[in-house]
Amino acid sequence: MKYTQDHEWLRVEGDLVVVGITEHAATQLGDVVFVELPEVETMVSTGDEIVVIESVKAASDILAPLEGEIVEVNQKLVDNPGLVNEDPTGAAWFFKMRIDDLAALDEYMDEDEYADLIG
Amino acid sequence: MTDLKRLGLHDLHLSLGGKMVPFAGYEMPVQYAAGVMKEHLHTRAAAGLFDVSHMGQVILRPKGDMASLCAAFEAMMPVDVAGLAQGRQRYGLFTNETGGILDDLMFANRGDHLFVVVNAACKEADVAHMQAHLSAVAEVQPVTDRALLALQGPLAEAALSGLVPQVAVMRFMDVAVVDTVFGALWISRSGYTGEDGFEISVPDGGALGLAQALLARDGVMPIGLGARDSLRLEAGLCLYGHDIDTGTSPVEAGLNWAIQKVRRTGGARAGSFPGDARILAELADGPERQRVALRPDGRAPMREGTAIFAPDGTPVGSVTSGGFGPSVEAPIAMGYVATAYATPGTPLEAEVRGKRLPLTVSTLPFHPTTYKR
Repeated sequence: MKYTQDHEWLRVEGDLVVVGITEHAATQLGDVVFVELPEVETMVSTGDEIVVIESVKAASDILAPLEGEIVEVNQKLVDNPGLVNEDPTGAAWFFKMRIDDLAALDEYMDEDEYADLIG
Repeated sequence: MTDLKRLGLHDLHLSLGGKMVPFAGYEMPVQYAAGVMKEHLHTRAAAGLFDVSHMGQVILRPKGDMASLCAAFEAMMPVDVAGLAQGRQRYGLFTNETGGILDDLMFANRGDHLFVVVNAACKEADVAHMQAHLSAVAEVQPVTDRALLALQGPLAEAALSGLVPQVAVMRFMDVAVVDTVFGALWISRSGYTGEDGFEISVPDGGALGLAQALLARDGVMPIGLGARDSLRLEAGLCLYGHDIDTGTSPVEAGLNWAIQKVRRTGGARAGSFPGDARILAELADGPERQRVALRPDGRAPMREGTAIFAPDGTPVGSVTSGGFGPSVEAPIAMGYVATAYATPGTPLEAEVRGKRLPLTVSTLPFHPTTYKR
């Protein structure tokens, strides 16, 4: 598992990268009540705002961590946004993307580095 | 948060896992460990304890007789003050010369004086405003040595009457002063969640003991500002500075119920309050715009400031409070729209992140109130 400064986790699954938000991020957001996902087959660039998450408190975004194509989104989150709080690192993945070069993941933090970040 | 004032119960909030945020000049608990959603639902199902000590408590003590004080206080508001019986509380509104709202408040007739509770963000201005209008007839005395707790929800009566048995007989908007081990409690059967419950003014020295004793009762949980906001929104209650302000009149805000007949055209003490020309005209002819309940058709919350349009694209208003209603289990909002679009059932659109999303004018409250009348 790799982690971004924006509190996303990235997990390699075959030739795809699965993206979600960390437990820390889910706790900070509070109860999630709305999730808007990108369309599949969308080509995204690093830093694009591609997911909207609204909690009882406020709206926030998930940024595309890498350049690539969105190949699958987790429709369950649209029907049950609370899943983000219940199981942020498991059932509540947001999208899967195909990227050209998995080596691009290397620039992100590993678990220890992320643990230091949220200290 | 160095410039912020701290509540007397600050350490209790921290020990309960309170997440402190700046609000109206104070460090306030926005939520505790349970989180906004659970705190909201708990208040509706059992009882929630809120620290609202940031609000302004003021005593108006007549220099002469109560009648002169009530008459002068009545001249500040489109509200029946003189007719308020001893032991009763009423909702009031300070209006300005153009019919806007300077603040909303609660006032109680405690026999030989009035007790007033005003919003935290307005309290200095309110005290100055009252001094300017009342100094000939009353001492305006800010109360600075008391905390204010609200206990709200279906188990509030059971929890408080375990400590103060006298409250069981109180009805909605009754007030009482009761001597207890926590000091003299100034209790009203009221609140701002849509639930039955109480607001309790307690001397600073007794506040921690009272809060702990209440939290030890069955079903009582501490509740933060986050859930206070979603609870009052579901109950259709206005938040000053958002749903009402100096630019909104009481009639636009749908607060006609707060303007008793005696102050309206044809009443025994009609008019003679700031903004009376506009407010009485709006009561007679209807306002140009109205506060309405709004239900987004989809799941996306519509927050304060969201622009509202008619289906043909005409701008018709904007959202003043909006979010998710945990008990409604859907996004809810309030806002102002032109009167032609204010009828429940009217389909409208709102612009959210560059997209026009459908919403429908609905009715308030979103969640039924359970006051003990």
